[in-house]
Amino acid sequence: MPPPAPQPNVRVVTLTIDGKDFSARADETVIELCRENKIPIPSLCYMDGLSIWGACRLCLVEVVGQGRLVAACSTRVAEGMNILTNTERLQRYRRTIVELLFAERNHVCSVCVSNGHCELQWLAQKCGVDHVRVPYRQVRNEVDSSHEMFRLDHNRCILCTRCVRVCDEIEGAHTWDVMGRGSDCRVITDLARPWGESETCTGCGKCVQVCPTGALVKQGTSAGEMVKDQHFLPILARRRHAQ
Amino acid sequence: MNLDDLAEKAEEYRARDAGITHEVRVCVAAACQSGGSLPVLEALKAECSDGGTCKVKGVGCMGLCSAGPMVAIAPKGGTIPDSILYREVKPHDAVEVLASVGGTPVERLHTPTDQPFFARQQRIVRENSGLIDPESFTGYVAAGGYAGLIKALSEMTPGDVLREMTTSGLRGRGGGGYPTGLKWSTVAKMPADQKYVICNGDEGDPGAFMDRAVLESDPHRVLEGMAIAAYAIGATKGYVYVRAEYPLAVERMELAIRKAKRSGFLGSKIAETQFSFEVEIRLGAGAFVCGEETALMASIEGLRGQPRPRPPYPAEAGLWGYPTLINNVETFANIAPIITHGGEWFAGIGTEKSKGTKVFALAGSIRNIGLIEVPMGMSLREIIEEIGGGCPGGKAFKAVQTGGPSGGCIPAQHLDIAVDYDSLKTLGTMMGSGGMIVMDETCDMVDVARYFMEFCMSESCGKCIPCRTGTWQMHELLDRITKSKGTHKDLALLEELCDVVQATSLCGLGQSAPNPVLSTLRYFREEYEAKLTAE
Ligand SMILES: Cc1cc2nc3c(=O)[nH]c(=O)nc-3n(C[C@H](O)[C@H](O)[C@H](O)COP(=O)(O)O)c2cc1C
Ligand code: SF4
Ligand code: SF4
Ligand code: FES
Repeated sequence: MPPPAPQPNVRVVTLTIDGKDFSARADETVIELCRENKIPIPSLCYMDGLSIWGACRLCLVEVVGQGRLVAACSTRVAEGMNILTNTERLQRYRRTIVELLFAERNHVCSVCVSNGHCELQWLAQKCGVDHVRVPYRQVRNEVDSSHEMFRLDHNRCILCTRCVRVCDEIEGAHTWDVMGRGSDCRVITDLARPWGESETCTGCGKCVQVCPTGALVKQGTSAGEMVKDQHFLPILARRRHAQ
Repeated sequence: MNLDDLAEKAEEYRARDAGITHEVRVCVAAACQSGGSLPVLEALKAECSDGGTCKVKGVGCMGLCSAGPMVAIAPKGGTIPDSILYREVKPHDAVEVLASVGGTPVERLHTPTDQPFFARQQRIVRENSGLIDPESFTGYVAAGGYAGLIKALSEMTPGDVLREMTTSGLRGRGGGGYPTGLKWSTVAKMPADQKYVICNGDEGDPGAFMDRAVLESDPHRVLEGMAIAAYAIGATKGYVYVRAEYPLAVERMELAIRKAKRSGFLGSKIAETQFSFEVEIRLGAGAFVCGEETALMASIEGLRGQPRPRPPYPAEAGLWGYPTLINNVETFANIAPIITHGGEWFAGIGTEKSKGTKVFALAGSIRNIGLIEVPMGMSLREIIEEIGGGCPGGKAFKAVQTGGPSGGCIPAQHLDIAVDYDSLKTLGTMMGSGGMIVMDETCDMVDVARYFMEFCMSESCGKCIPCRTGTWQMHELLDRITKSKGTHKDLALLEELCDVVQATSLCGLGQSAPNPVLSTLRYFREEYEAKLTAE
């Protein structure tokens, strides 16, 4: 899904978030409005400048009077909406989702090059995840070090597809894809060939910068050294979509 | 072309069989074919070659699939209850079977048609199933086919069709039960120069084979429904999405599309009007999630079959971003009769909020395994004990699973419930697409829950975290409990995960994956607890 195209003459709506009133352009999403107003909404797959994916489910919020929770990243604001972003129920769900992620693959933070700079780690702290109650899966996943500049560690991938989207939508190379289904899913380069042999990868490193965890990192970094810079994205995205 | 011209054509086709008094009908749908019905058909044809008053032909599903190959001897134009019905017919029975035409039935093979299995059914969707040759275009027209489409095109405006659909009260048969008239009107209102109609024939629930039988037995009826829909909403292009595991359905649908096109009932300027409608088939590659409408559309577009957030709904932004109407096979099979007989007629069948009939696939521990079509609101007891014949071997009925892996079980104490969309919901299950898996006293309900969870786990597309990892975790916990290794803490965690996965998953697969666990817990909690070990 492409990011919503700005429409001329959009209306302005007013709505309530956690008891406070806000006005917003009718074509904005709930998460955009919250970011603008510094209302914290946890998220992993959402990224300003990339298309909406709606998969991590961390951004779910309650809309008063509506049975189902809605994802803030894929829901547009509407007149009179009454949104709750941080209820006890939401906190509980978010904690469980983060726990499920930690149990799925092998996130051993202490030896990770992203230690201290990892979005998953921050999220766990913010959501108050201090231990994991579900069983760990204990599956060893591959590490692909075939690329001369970068490394992919599947053990730390959370399948947010930011790499897939930035490569396709911003760089225009479409090197990345997802293969398999269910818990067998993994990101692949080209047609599941080693990254170093990829014919489409331009070596721009955008995927590495947007990756929230230590799954995509620069070669030669050691524990805690990998700091990511994502400032380029909104600027590039705006230029690209303005073309 | 108007209705009179069509009636004339139908008369002409019927006249070709003028000398015939009896038909020997052999089921050539997939279930009977796998039991060897094609050699039976050949043998009967060979023995009947004198070309007398009797015609041997292949027909669609008669319903009693577990007793196949089925053969019916019917007076020309007769229905199944009018016939002498034979079960488990072998090629060497051909002479005897033919000798009984117009005479006394062969006792050894005879299965009475006045038994509840046949007598209690009401056939709308399956009206032609088992009567006409699914590969014959003329056979469909001779049986009154395409009258709905011609009536719509020659006597009704698109608005009239929409009104008739709304009046009928038909609700989608794909599982959700969304009002069909409302869905059509929404797509019709969308301003767009391109719109699409999709028929969802992905049918992936374990134990369900209703749509398969419709596609294999009466493909033109589905095409006719799609064409009427296209006319009503202003679409010119349609797709039938069928799973590749249904090769016979695909083959018959392809043939039907070709023949309908050659006869001017599909393609450009249908029946000499300005209305054009093309239909193509798309094959699914065996992923349950591709039955979910947004994943299905992604698959048609050539992308990975994964759901996306809704809204926007397909009615607003569907295939390639254009307004798209997506309905189930059985939903489309209901359209032509609604247009022919009127929405009021249809609304007179069924219950207040669930109109018409529903096709159910009876499977599991039940005597009559096969397909039935009954009015909405029939009691579950009637369906299972009378029509289905109850559990075989004198075993006691324990529960029935409706709605497949997305639904839940109904225990014996609720057998008197009237089956419709809303009543099933109150019991914590759902109508789903119509699969009914019957379980008897020997069935272990925790293992049933584990089985369905395993199904959801391996069919999860992996896009969203709660479903991808949650189904794995829940399966792990269930596995532990079935092996008597689970603790009270595990059970509490299982219940918590059910809540999280249900509330937070992106699509219906994840949202409903916990249902079998929740419903077995609701009715058979003691079975879980009996398996728990102390810390
Ligand atoms: C996981 C999943 C699987 C589904 N599978 C099917 C299917 O096999 N056939 C079908 O008609 N609808 C299926 N659906 C429902 C469709 O998304 C859609 O609602 C339906 O095709 C609409 O048709 P209807 O209004 O005629 O029921 C499925 C939904 C989900 C969430
Ligand atoms: S490699 Fe990184 S960016 Fe790509 S899907 Fe995995 S976690 Fe997300
Ligand atoms: S709920 Fe399951 S099947 Fe549906 S999008 Fe999420 S992972 Fe895929
Ligand atoms: S940020 Fe909304 S689902 Fe991931």
